[in-house]
Amino acid sequence: MKSSLREDLKWCTEKLLAMHSQAKIGHLGGNLSCLPGLCAVAAQLRPDDRLILSKGHSAGALYVTLARHGFIEESELETFHKDDTRLPGHPPANLFPQIPFATGSLGHGLSLAAGFAYSQKLRQTENQIYCLTSDGEWQEGSTWEALIFAVHNRLTNLTILVDHNGLQGFGSTREVASMDPLWERIRGFDIETEVIDGHDVDLIASRIHERAPRLRILFLKTIKGKGVAEFEGRVKSHYLPITDAQFELAMNEAREKTLS
Amino acid sequence: MRNELCNSLIEQASNPSMIFLTGDLGFMALEPLQEKLGERFLNAGVAEQNMMSVGAALAKDGWQPWCYSIAPFCFARPFEQIRNDICLHDLPVKLLSNGGGYGYGVMGPTHHAVEDYGVMLALPNMKVFVPCFNEDVAPTTLAASLWNHPSYVRLGRGELPVGEVAPKYEPWRQVTRGSGAVVVAVGPLGGVAWSTLRDLSDAERPDLWILSELPILDTLIPQEILSRLNAGARLVVIEEHVTHGSAGALLVYALTNLGVSVRGFKHLAAKSLSVGAYGSQQFLRARSGLSPEHIKSAVVSSGAGK
Repeated sequence: MKSSLREDLKWCTEKLLAMHSQAKIGHLGGNLSCLPGLCAVAAQLRPDDRLILSKGHSAGALYVTLARHGFIEESELETFHKDDTRLPGHPPANLFPQIPFATGSLGHGLSLAAGFAYSQKLRQTENQIYCLTSDGEWQEGSTWEALIFAVHNRLTNLTILVDHNGLQGFGSTREVASMDPLWERIRGFDIETEVIDGHDVDLIASRIHERAPRLRILFLKTIKGKGVAEFEGRVKSHYLPITDAQFELAMNEAREKTLS
Repeated sequence: MRNELCNSLIEQASNPSMIFLTGDLGFMALEPLQEKLGERFLNAGVAEQNMMSVGAALAKDGWQPWCYSIAPFCFARPFEQIRNDICLHDLPVKLLSNGGGYGYGVMGPTHHAVEDYGVMLALPNMKVFVPCFNEDVAPTTLAASLWNHPSYVRLGRGELPVGEVAPKYEPWRQVTRGSGAVVVAVGPLGGVAWSTLRDLSDAERPDLWILSELPILDTLIPQEILSRLNAGARLVVIEEHVTHGSAGALLVYALTNLGVSVRGFKHLAAKSLSVGAYGSQQFLRARSGLSPEHIKSAVVSSGAGK
């Protein structure tokens, strides 16, 4: 499993870089930071489990992850961001069973995930619901509405992952909203929280796998733009497209990663 | 209409997919429904945005969610959740909106909803129900339950004229006949118009139609209305909603599409969310030109138009 997950991540990283390079679009930074989390979740999704990507601007990371598991044809990834594509810049509506909701307006995904979790709780199933949010997204009031709902209703079948890269569209989360680190703000809730290395895909998978008696939030400490030297930890990775030179360097780095 | 709502949903509670969500509203009205549904009655708290998205996910998972709140908190506060999560995915979530129009009267403008169904009708797949009489609530909720797309039910206060029996629920119902204008009243104002206009002379008494479902589909406009308008009758539309997105605007648009020439049109509509003073629903209707006196004057002055 260990090497397989790393292979997944390597494959997905290369595909993601290629897609963004070809499309000449931004949002790559947040895609790269959440990719290990998505790979870890996707590898253990069972048919009736659900994954909601609340940070819809990381759609590319979702598409490559789904493609890795055969839910999207690899060849279709080449249509990313083009006219007449099924793979727009934010997840589409009503096209893929594995993408139950179009996301992209921040602050919706956790409520949707909570709705699924409540549904499965009523039906007394073992199905698991996963929701990946950004950290800046917690400035949306609706995310807190969802958290209150999920905690109150003891949705222990819901696992929240937060891509805690510390950067948002026009500054750092610390500069914009003084909520960094987010886990300090959430401490008062009746929740299992854990802060882990968000780039260690094996570690994330092991922590997801473990069940908890309370709602769980895994804070994934990540670096925005991870793998693209000029993007790492920089706000510009949110909007700027990757240049050809940056792409070549990043691809070399990705290829050189050992699969041990 | 809250008690009728409660009773009608209790009648549907044997549907195991039914689930009711409230934004912490329903005190002294919905307790019997709560008792009947048990864990399928969910007080989602003072958090309407979350309630709508939760409702969307429940519908996606095969439930039949009904989401209840006071009208502005039902359609306006969680608008993007209704748009993105419910309508974009064409999910059969039923929005139950209490006190549409000026229904909350002197409680103040934050509690009014005079632009609600126009906003809702701008969304894909949305159907709006505006029951007129308390007796309409049960058939309306049944119709909403059978509508496998998003729906918005605007509840108000039924005003059945003294001595009358509520006609069987239909999207379009004619309650008076005469040689005067053609009058279309939306929802509860239909009862007010009926009381006001029923005793006019035959020459002045209009054909009064109560409209309870939107949007207006060309093919569903009663043939009698088209015939009378084509024969030169004037048209009066009465509704507790602003003109933008109104039933009146939709009706004229539909008639134009059908090639019907409307030779005289009066639109009695809500003037604004803010009318410069506070008061009861009757007071606010009067400020908007929607009192019985306004209705009578508009209809009589329109004449038959022949």
